Amino acid sequence: MLYKKKAPLAAFLLPGFIMLFIFLYIPFVDNIRNSLYNMKGFVELQKFIGLSNYQEMLQDAKLHTALINSLKMMALTVVFQVGIALILAVLVNNIKKGQQLFRTVYFFPIVISATAIGLLFNLFYNYNGGALNQILEAAGKEPVNWLGASTALIMIVIPTIWSYVGFYFVIILTGLCDISEDIYEAAAIDGCNKSQAVFRITLPLLRGVICTCITLAVTGALKVFDLPWVIAPQGAPGGITHFMGTYMYQMAFVNLNVDYGAAIAVVIVALGVAVSLIINKILKPDENL
Amino acid sequence: MPGIVKNKRSISVGKIIVYIILATWATTTIYPFIWVIINAFKSSTEVVRNSFSLPEVFTLKNFTNAFSNQNILQSYKNSLIISGTVTVAVMVLATMIAFALTRYQFRFKTALLGLLSASLMIPVFSTIIPVYKMMSGLGWISTYQAVILPQIAGNLSFAAIVMMGFLRGLPLEMEEAAYMEGAGVAKVFTRIIVPLCRPSLATVAIFCFLWSYNDLFTQKILISREKMFPISNLLEHISSKYGTDYGLMAASVTLIVIPVLIVYIFLQKNIVKGLTAGAIKG
Repeated sequence: MLYKKKAPLAAFLLPGFIMLFIFLYIPFVDNIRNSLYNMKGFVELQKFIGLSNYQEMLQDAKLHTALINSLKMMALTVVFQVGIALILAVLVNNIKKGQQLFRTVYFFPIVISATAIGLLFNLFYNYNGGALNQILEAAGKEPVNWLGASTALIMIVIPTIWSYVGFYFVIILTGLCDISEDIYEAAAIDGCNKSQAVFRITLPLLRGVICTCITLAVTGALKVFDLPWVIAPQGAPGGITHFMGTYMYQMAFVNLNVDYGAAIAVVIVALGVAVSLIINKILKPDENL
Repeated sequence: MPGIVKNKRSISVGKIIVYIILATWATTTIYPFIWVIINAFKSSTEVVRNSFSLPEVFTLKNFTNAFSNQNILQSYKNSLIISGTVTVAVMVLATMIAFALTRYQFRFKTALLGLLSASLMIPVFSTIIPVYKMMSGLGWISTYQAVILPQIAGNLSFAAIVMMGFLRGLPLEMEEAAYMEGAGVAKVFTRIIVPLCRPSLATVAIFCFLWSYNDLFTQKILISREKMFPISNLLEHISSKYGTDYGLMAASVTLIVIPVLIVYIFLQKNIVKGLTAGAIKG
């Protein structure tokens, strides 16, 4: 009854949706339009160039590197971030004392900004007197240039993965707590041991949660910017550590090739939508379960 | 009997291994922060020589350097103004949207719901160029509102979806009763809905504030004047300028980590819940 009169509706919806339209939806559409025009700086749209920015991407070796790095990042986050989180969650779920403590401790890096984490890891990676090289020197070995061409990418991937394991850990642990104790008891009576319980009961029942985690990890991996930019600015050395996000920034805001940057941003959106659709297609929990 | 004893011991050995694995990961998440805090109290030459021991000479020089060379307090203030405003605005607007979309039936409802969930697929990369264009056209680069407005839009749809999940679970009886007593929609919203929403508003506030506070990308692009730098910008700026002064770097990281650590210790349960809330619904 109260909600039959529609008059107040606009007052509730308009402020929020006006914000969304001005600062999200319209810029989103405008960005697609920008990618089809030749722009000089940020201000004027000059002439329509169609898909030529997208054709240029096919020839752009640095973009290919960035794309491959982003795909590697996605694969590694799924395997290690979600993988480590799953192992830790199953282990913590099996113990009684200290659950809350581990939860708190594992989650902590997530609240720290990626910028601070990047600077912290720079102190580990520095060639002259960084923590890692101090360990090597103490062991009597030669110092290593950790951010050199052969290792830089992995040195960016490690803190990215490490800092977010706790996030998926908490999600999976919550999922584990939802599995009824009765199922395990019934299985134990039928002679099921602990490791069988994990593979035959826990993992199949967690499928939906793991699917959510993988989707979040993959779309999250596509959005990385802060951490790689702090550890290896401008894809250092020589652009080999660019990801889609950092390369987009570099093109639009450093090289001022704005329309090309806009086109890369469109590709990032398309990639994000495509991978989430694929993951849901492959992993979508069976409706009958 | 011997069998039982043996069984008991093998369980405890397994338990010990489990605890060792869990403690090892706990060490990796905590030790780096302890390491950086310890090194903040050493001179740079000592950090370079030996970063793993306690300070030989305990010094506050890095902190005095950080405060005298950089306007750290000003940056804290900028960050609090920006992220505080974003948080409050998102809480208000998200609750209003969620209220309208869960309580009313109307023609474009499905379209608006679709629009909200579609916006979760819009990364900041794909809106930043037009937003930058808009802000520089208005002459707003390096102002608070240049960052506040797009950050509100960026967090709003997720917050609205979280709030809708909560509001759907609230029974309508109280609102109906208030209506019978003569309360209008505005009164129902402010006197019944908002107070009842307090727990999930806390959730929204936490992830909104942290996302905004930690977001370097948007702030880096829209704020270029040093005096207006929020914390993330300042940190990046210090590292590009004084990256080789390891003591100062450690002190700067410490100054960013400590306030968050203190807040985390007091609010950790809410924070963990807040940041994972929307994800679990999937």
